[in-house]
Parts: sequence; structure tokens; C-alpha cells
Amino acid sequence: MKELINWLADPIRSFPIVSVLFFFMMKYYRVVGSKKFAKWSLIAAAPITVWFCMDANFRAIILWPDNIPINIIIVLIAWLTWYALYRAAENDKRIENGECPIEALPENREKVWVWPNLVFTELMCMIGCTIFLVVWAIVFKAPLEEPANTTWAPNPAKAPWYFLGLQEMLVYFDPWMAGVVLPGLILVGLIAIPYIDTNPKGNGYFTIKERPIAMWGFLYGWIVLWMYLIIVGTFLRGPNWTFYGPFEYWDFHKVVSEYNVNLSEFVWLKWLNTPMPSNIILREIVGIILTLVYCCVLPVAIAKSKYGKKIIENTGQIRYYIFIILVLGMTSLPIKMVLRWLFSLKYIIALPEWELNL
Amino acid sequence: MAKRGVVDYIRETQVWKSIFRHGPPTNARNRAAVVAGNVFLHLHPIKLKKSGVQLGYTWCMGGLTFFIFLALTVTGVLLMFYYRPTAEYAYNDIIALKEHVPLGIMREIHRWGAHAMVITVWLHMFRVFMTGSYKPPREFNWGVGVILLVLTLLLSFTGYLLPWDQLAIWAIAVGSNMAKATPFLGHGGPGAALAQIGDFVMVSDKNDVRFQLLAGRFVGEPALLRFYILHCVFIPLVVGVLIAVHFWRVRKDGGISAPL
Repeated sequence: MKELINWLADPIRSFPIVSVLFFFMMKYYRVVGSKKFAKWSLIAAAPITVWFCMDANFRAIILWPDNIPINIIIVLIAWLTWYALYRAAENDKRIENGECPIEALPENREKVWVWPNLVFTELMCMIGCTIFLVVWAIVFKAPLEEPANTTWAPNPAKAPWYFLGLQEMLVYFDPWMAGVVLPGLILVGLIAIPYIDTNPKGNGYFTIKERPIAMWGFLYGWIVLWMYLIIVGTFLRGPNWTFYGPFEYWDFHKVVSEYNVNLSEFVWLKWLNTPMPSNIILREIVGIILTLVYCCVLPVAIAKSKYGKKIIENTGQIRYYIFIILVLGMTSLPIKMVLRWLFSLKYIIALPEWELNL
Repeated sequence: MAKRGVVDYIRETQVWKSIFRHGPPTNARNRAAVVAGNVFLHLHPIKLKKSGVQLGYTWCMGGLTFFIFLALTVTGVLLMFYYRPTAEYAYNDIIALKEHVPLGIMREIHRWGAHAMVITVWLHMFRVFMTGSYKPPREFNWGVGVILLVLTLLLSFTGYLLPWDQLAIWAIAVGSNMAKATPFLGHGGPGAALAQIGDFVMVSDKNDVRFQLLAGRFVGEPALLRFYILHCVFIPLVVGVLIAVHFWRVRKDGGISAPL
């Protein structure tokens, strides 16, 4: 059983599993966002969690003090995602029946005094938060490792946990993509959201039905591409950034033979059976063409499709193209992951001469 | 006439009246006066929609983020009394903090609080997205929020170096190595090789973004001072200004979001 879970947890298998689970969660969000579902998943999850925690290797990973915040955020996100789906499902049902969302009911629009209503809530939250932090600080001492030593590097050298999703992306991308361009795109994309999403519905209340594209896109990026990768980077990556199952001991001698091949090597050596051309542009021409098709031709092609036309009709050309470029930037990660697993493909464009690998 | 207690007596002294310009908040007029006339409370409106006080709607994550930021400021200042940002002293000062400061959990609160702030910022954004609260008229404030998210991560990240232990320098080494790969601006990134005239290299490891970040080519003492100033002075100042803008805009954009 533990072997099976270790085997399933490998990103090669767990990433598709998580993506499929996400698809079902969003498709059947009214089932997922019900109290019954929450009750039964809690009943099912409790013994599984206890069983997981009985394993010494698993316990060693999750009880490492600096990993405690990730445990906390996993629990909070699971709960709050369920809760948001629950509220959205309720509102969507009401909207279908021609009623207003719960937040728009007259009794919820009624104005109340800030003193004492809001001030009291804030005070309670502050006290609760203080108690939580003090207890956390007493139970878990802040770790302090050996003094800094520039001549001896720990293995693995990990960034702070909130950057581990990016560090995990280093497996699939060059640092300039994983560390600079994609995080930059995330930030620009986040800031651009309100200017791209011109749908006036769903302002100020939970709903999925009235803004499906925004919800699917954001939640996929947030839960699968961000949180899931952080969890993998924290809990499942050991020495040499090699994958370790949740029940596996971090053995420094675990050797994984991995040999990844660039697209140009596939093209020239394998398929055409000729030596690599010395002209670097010619060498990478297939990758360059594919990238150009992905970035330039694909957006235009999608614009001609039914969905593309609908988006353009609602938001206009410029918004559509910004939107589609951001979406393609986001989907480049799962595409690259799948290509790596299926074909051991390293880079689509490999120009180490210019430090430009894609 | 009702009996006058000690509290009523104190309330009528000149000292009390000079501090609190309103009576007890038992009637509508005074409840408004409490909020409007108090420097810490006046960011609130006097009345707000009921959904704005419901935890199920707001999750209180924005408020908690601000509170944790204040807690981190206070514990951070307390830590500054004990800490010297030099390679010689930094590590030993942290040890001393642990061993010689009575009831010392400031470092723990500061460290876990930093993690907690990252969590609350993320969950605040999550809630704002789920309720569509970035939609007009709140587009700009969403953008300010994204910048504050970045600054929160940078605050947390710059604090990582200060204990000067193995985790600190290697976590920063990993992070700053990514800066090295910045296109055109880092010496290991695409485009750097193009910025070369003859033998003259314009982007090298002595002047790229990583060098500016670390004040050197490796994580060393200059980086420690730079991260210390960024962590304790520079970023908190910027964050303070942006928090002011953020809160002011919340008020001006019609308070906590609610269905139109």
C-alpha cells in the first residue's frame, strides 16, 4: 500500500491525477460544495491522515518546523476552497431560480454600526491570531542550523517554501523562464485580471456559473500549478532534487538515471540521421518554428474558433490577445511537463550559446 | 437620578475629555463619534453593509494580514536591540537571543508570523478573487494588492538571510541565482552575451542584477548588510505607504465589496 502511494505521488502520475481531480471538482462543484460531501470526506480523511502520520519518514517531513506553515496552508486552502464552492453552489442555485445571491439579500445589505459590530469582530480576530502565534512560537522553536559555510552546500539547497513552486519549475525550464519570465508573467497577469475580465457579473458575491472562465483559470493556476508544485517541492523533493515518495527515506545515495534529449537532437540525429548542423539557427529551426506557431499562430487560430469569437465579442481584440498570451504562458508549464515525461524532451529550443533554452 | 460610579467620575475629568471627545458609545451619535474621532478607528466607515462584518464573507484575511504586519514590526524592532548585521556577530547574536533572553519567543513569533503573513495575504487574494471583488471600481486596488503581495514575499525572503546559518545563505544563494538568469540584466541570462562590444562585456557578474542584489558576486557580508537594510527599512517603508493607499482606496471605492 505504501509502495503504491509512493509510486502514485511521483509528479509523472500525481500531476495528471491532481489535474483530473481538479476537473471533476469544478465540473461537479455543486456536489463537492455540499455539506454532505464535506462530512464524508472528513470521515474518510481522518483515519487516512492518522495512518499517514504513523509512518516515521512521513512524520519527519511534515513536522520539520519550517514545513509547519505549509501544513497550515494546505488545511486552510482545502477548507476555504470547499467553503467558497459551497457558497457559490448555493448562490448559483438561487440565481437559476431567479432569486438574488445571498449576499444581495435585503437583510445582508442592511447597514450596521461599525462600533461595536466590526470593531468587536476585529478585536476577536486579533486576539485569536495573537494566541495562535504565541502558541505556535512556544511549541515550535525557530530552527537554527550550523553557521553559514560557503564551502559546504547542503543537499538539497531549498529556497523558502513559498518559492518552491518556482524551484520545482526549474526541473522543466531554464532558470530565466522558471525564475524570471514566468513569475513576471504571473504578476503582470494578476494585475491585468480586472482589465481583461470585463464580465460585470459576480461582483461581490460567490458564484461560478456566472464567470466560469475566470474561475477555472484562476483556480487551476492557484491550486494545481502553484500549491501542488509547492507541495511537491517541499515534501517530495530530496537530495539532488530527486523525487522521494511520502513514505520514503531520504537516502542520499538514491540514483535516478535520467537522460533528457533536446528537440534538435531528436530531429537531426534520430529522425533525419544526419549530424547536427553547425549553424545554430538551422540546428534549432524546428523548435523555433514550433514556438512561433505556439505564440503567434495559435492565438490567431483560436480567435477564429467558436470560443475565441465569443471572447472577442465580449471583450474586444486587444483584451483577447493579452488574455490568450497569458493563458498560453500558463499552459506552457503543463505542456512542458508532459513532454518531459512522455519523450524525455529537455528543451524545445536549445541555444546554450545564447543562454536561451526554452 | 442614577447613581454615579467611579467610571462616570473619570469620564468627566478634564484629562479624559481631552483624550476622548465623545461619551460612551451607547447611543447612535456617540457610536459614530467613536469611529470618526479616533485615529486608529477612523479608517472605518461609520456604518457598513452587514456582509462586510460577516466572517463567512470576508474571511478577515486582509485585516489579519495588517495585524500580523504590525506584530512583525513590533517584534522586529525588539529583535533589532539584540542583533548586529555582520558576519562576525549575526549568528552568535541569534544564539544569544535564544539562550540569554528571558522568555524569548520574539524570534519565533517573528519567524512564524512572517510565514503566517504570506499565508494570510494569499488567502486574502483568494477570497477577493472568489467574490469578484477586483471588478470595477476596485481594479486599481487589486493591482496595489498584487504589488503588496510581491513586497510581502520580498520582506520574508530578505529576512531569511539574517540568521546567517546554512539555511539562510543557501536559500538566498538559490534565490539570487535565479536573478542571475534575468534576460539582458543577468550575466547568465539570454541576451547578456549579445551585450558585448569587442572584448568589452557590458553585463558581467560584476554589474548584473544579482551583483546589485548581493552587493557582490557571492552571498557574503555586503549581502548581509544590504538584506538587513532592505528588510528593516526600505521594504517596510514602501509597504507602509502602499498599505495606506490600499486602505484609503478601500474606503473610496465604496468600502468592502458587496453585490452591486
